[in-house]
Amino acid sequence: MTQPQYQARIAVHPRSVKGRFRTLKTAILLLAYAVYFLLPWLRWDRENAPDQAVLFDLAGRKFYVFDLVVYAQDIFWLAGLLVIFALLLFFVTGLAGRVWCGYFCFQTLWTDLYMFVERWIQGDRNARMKLARAPWRADKILRLGATWLAWLLIAVTTGVTFVLYWGDAPVLLRQMLTGEAPFAAYATVGFLTLTTFVMAGLAREQVCTYMCPYARFQGVMFDENTLIVAYDEQRGERDKGRQKPRKGLMNREARIAQGVGDCIDCGYCFQVCPVGIDIRDGLQYQCISCALCIDACDTIMDSIGHPRGLVRYTSENALAGKPTRLLNPKNLGYGAALAVTIGALVWSVAHRADVELAVYQIRQPLAVSLSDGRVQNRYRIKINNKTERRLTYRLGQEGLEPEAEIDAGRFRQFTLEPEQMLPLQVKVRRDPRHVRQVRESFAFVLEPVGQGEAPVVRHATQFYTPPAQVRGDAHAG
Amino acid sequence: MSKDKTQQSVQTTGHTWDGDLQEYNNPLPRWWLWAFYATIVFAVAYWFLYPTLPIGRDYTKGIGNEITYTTADGKTVTTHWNTRALFLKEKEEARKRQAVYLEKLSQVGYEDIARDPELSAFVFSRARVLFADNCAACHQAGGNGVPVEYPNLLDDAWLWGGTFADIEQSIANGRTGTMPGWKDQLPEPQIDAVVEYVLSLSGEAVDAEKAATGKPVFMNNCTACHGQDGKGQKFLGGANLTDRIWTIARVTQANSLDGKRNAVREVVENGKRRTMPAWKGRLSDTEIKILTYYVHELGGGQ
Repeated sequence: MTQPQYQARIAVHPRSVKGRFRTLKTAILLLAYAVYFLLPWLRWDRENAPDQAVLFDLAGRKFYVFDLVVYAQDIFWLAGLLVIFALLLFFVTGLAGRVWCGYFCFQTLWTDLYMFVERWIQGDRNARMKLARAPWRADKILRLGATWLAWLLIAVTTGVTFVLYWGDAPVLLRQMLTGEAPFAAYATVGFLTLTTFVMAGLAREQVCTYMCPYARFQGVMFDENTLIVAYDEQRGERDKGRQKPRKGLMNREARIAQGVGDCIDCGYCFQVCPVGIDIRDGLQYQCISCALCIDACDTIMDSIGHPRGLVRYTSENALAGKPTRLLNPKNLGYGAALAVTIGALVWSVAHRADVELAVYQIRQPLAVSLSDGRVQNRYRIKINNKTERRLTYRLGQEGLEPEAEIDAGRFRQFTLEPEQMLPLQVKVRRDPRHVRQVRESFAFVLEPVGQGEAPVVRHATQFYTPPAQVRGDAHAG
Repeated sequence: MSKDKTQQSVQTTGHTWDGDLQEYNNPLPRWWLWAFYATIVFAVAYWFLYPTLPIGRDYTKGIGNEITYTTADGKTVTTHWNTRALFLKEKEEARKRQAVYLEKLSQVGYEDIARDPELSAFVFSRARVLFADNCAACHQAGGNGVPVEYPNLLDDAWLWGGTFADIEQSIANGRTGTMPGWKDQLPEPQIDAVVEYVLSLSGEAVDAEKAATGKPVFMNNCTACHGQDGKGQKFLGGANLTDRIWTIARVTQANSLDGKRNAVREVVENGKRRTMPAWKGRLSDTEIKILTYYVHELGGGQ
């Protein structure tokens, strides 16, 4: 007797529930949405830059995050941030299981919102199941149509908000509404609308169950000390298993006396599960640790006067009666790695130079002999003013003899506007009599002219002299 | 109320291997299967729209997917989709953007380019490509040339003059530099003497007496091209013999004074003839202007 190889999605109609964890989920959801939808509109006072608090200016190659301006050269911070996110995920998962999934994953947040809307328009679980089975009459068309319309509006708003992070929000929104925005804006809104609608409205738990790789490898991040949502089988089943309340089994003492479990088989925990599993079967890969089943069971237990916690957050060790050791090497290791990485990133951001000097020696060729016998090396220099002030600098060198000539073209002294990048080609000429080795290190130095607070900037580089000319005499063989 | 019967336990496929080895049959979601079918439909549509199947010596070219572009000569061409046509279309668009700068360039002088940072940035970008395509074959990618064969454009010695006008003339009309060979005209002692004198002009530590005997030889034979003072004649491409740069003698590669003498003697005896090709006709006037500006800036012109 074989099952078919493919099966249609078994619809999941989660029932509503009230409780601690439902309240926590809703609070996190509201906070996350407030941040996501409102942040692009937050204004920030900057002297010569856009006034949006969080703005990813791709065209201008600058990301503005409150007071911090991230330039293209700082992109390695993004790498650091991603490493931190990964370590944070592994750290939290080792401690608390799939709480990311149940409380904060964007798939969960949007699916939760979509299910709120669905429940608001179509009713709770029983009503929705009836509507799904009903023929296509006016009532059904109206309710489903309204649901889909609401979903569409949410999806479009989500897509538009995403785009607003990449441009000045009021301006960009007006442009999008009048048809003047760049094609990329419309394409992004279209794509995100489609994906939000499909993923949160139609796919829902299929994303967690079939698409998300995290569901599959979370098993390797768990151990016996990790916090999981578990059904206390010993208490729920005892010797004779779970049984519904009936004559003779109306209170807990009677149930214990007869060896019957505390579970009254109401099925509420199954009905509220957004991924459609029964937690009483044990921890399954689909479980996203959202704890709605805990709220459900607690509600029932409260109503019949039994103690809470038949379904609760616990660990495998705790279920087996052993202590839960959260300070184990794995968690400590991840915690330490996380602390180090966060420290490194914070340090890097705090110590970012106000003025950056990048020096590239032109290697084709490395050196040229001039008519007076001197040797010349060329360098491409880029000076980046990352401050809000106008700065004036003079270019000099450190480490070579004072007679070494620095030729920066038409200027030796230049002024940089705020956030300006200035490329220069600089030639350094030396008398070979002063040269001791083929490669000699020195540094270009930018000295501030005028204002005293500007930093002095140095960048080390090398001067190359062809071996035949080292220690040479410019004027005699 | 217990759970629905919709939650079934996982069954096996029904096969058993090696006595007790069995396999679970977890059904694949149907939407996954339909997504797979959709990719097949997409693929077939793609085959119709784009060039796909080879047939004999020909191939299917795609339906309703044509590209039209304009060539540099002004001809309009429409072909089936292909990446070369896409590239030529991009070139067409690039040409339109460049035309603005090229138009401006054709009207300004060299000093004006220096004053306009946007224009000089364009000139540098364009010049790098032009140089790489046309000049680098001889003068090398960085412009440093090949010793003896092709001049180094990066140093401050200019055989034919380093002003904008001189450089433009060199590029547009070319140059032919001829150092005659004196092997058959001068006896060996005189050649030795003039070699000594020439080395002394550059400040080498030579035999002063011998150099003195070489001076009259120089004055009688060499000054026409190299000037009375040995500082060169740019109209004839005569090199400046008093500086530390040797364009056709392998002096800098020599290790000893005798090696240097041999290097100079080789040139004096056998001569050298080099040709800079003329680029007028192959490059437009504006392109020559761009290269002139670039070469001038490379060597710190005159």
